[in-house]
Amino acid sequence: MAHDTSKQADGDAIDQNLKRVYDDLLSQEVPDRFKDLLAQLKAQDAPADETSGGEDE
Amino acid sequence: MSTSDPRDELVNHLPAMRAFAMSLTRNSAIADDMVQDTLVKAWTKIDKFEPGTNLRAWLFTILRNTYYSNRRKANREVADVDGVFTESLSQKPDHDGRLQMADFQRAFVQLPDEQREALILVGASGFSYEEAAETCEVAVGTIKSRVNRGRKHLAELMGMNSDEAMELTDNATMAVVTARGNGAMR
Repeated sequence: MAHDTSKQADGDAIDQNLKRVYDDLLSQEVPDRFKDLLAQLKAQDAPADETSGGEDE
Repeated sequence: MSTSDPRDELVNHLPAMRAFAMSLTRNSAIADDMVQDTLVKAWTKIDKFEPGTNLRAWLFTILRNTYYSNRRKANREVADVDGVFTESLSQKPDHDGRLQMADFQRAFVQLPDEQREALILVGASGFSYEEAAETCEVAVGTIKSRVNRGRKHLAELMGMNSDEAMELTDNATMAVVTARGNGAMR
């Protein structure tokens, strides 16, 4: 825990910044278009009848 | 005993897919188009996904393949960088942290794609070297070396190792950009 050379400190600062950049991006709200797209894909795939069991295309 | 459809989990990976896409493209419009392509591909090729393995890594692989194949097609090395990283910055007015973050973001977007993605995967998104290597379809050693070079490169761009890190100005950044244009990482 106690090896705080300045090189180590720089590395830590870089990792902290990386995480912060990534977390900022992660926390952005996902536009509705993607959930809409997934719903659309799902609707296209859904077989006409909903009998469960078979999974063949 | 119904096996769950991995396609139902795609929605949970959307924030990470967008974050990764934006890190790669540095442009939110292009990133979102890429995420859309990736979703369609993942949906239609879900039978290629091995259940029980890392779905996020699989999605990231599709994403980055989309990115690199577009980059090849467009035949351009210079990215169309928009304010994807800087827009969130304006909301955080803490002085030192903000200045340092601005420098970091400027440096980060200048990294070669391969270094940037390795750093995001390993340094930020918590992938192991092995997972990152699989995602990028390269050897583990290659990922390690990209991460190391990326860290070093960032430190250089940010002027670390000197006391001037806090004084990096736009002029200094321009000098770095110019030097890099003459110097060539690749």
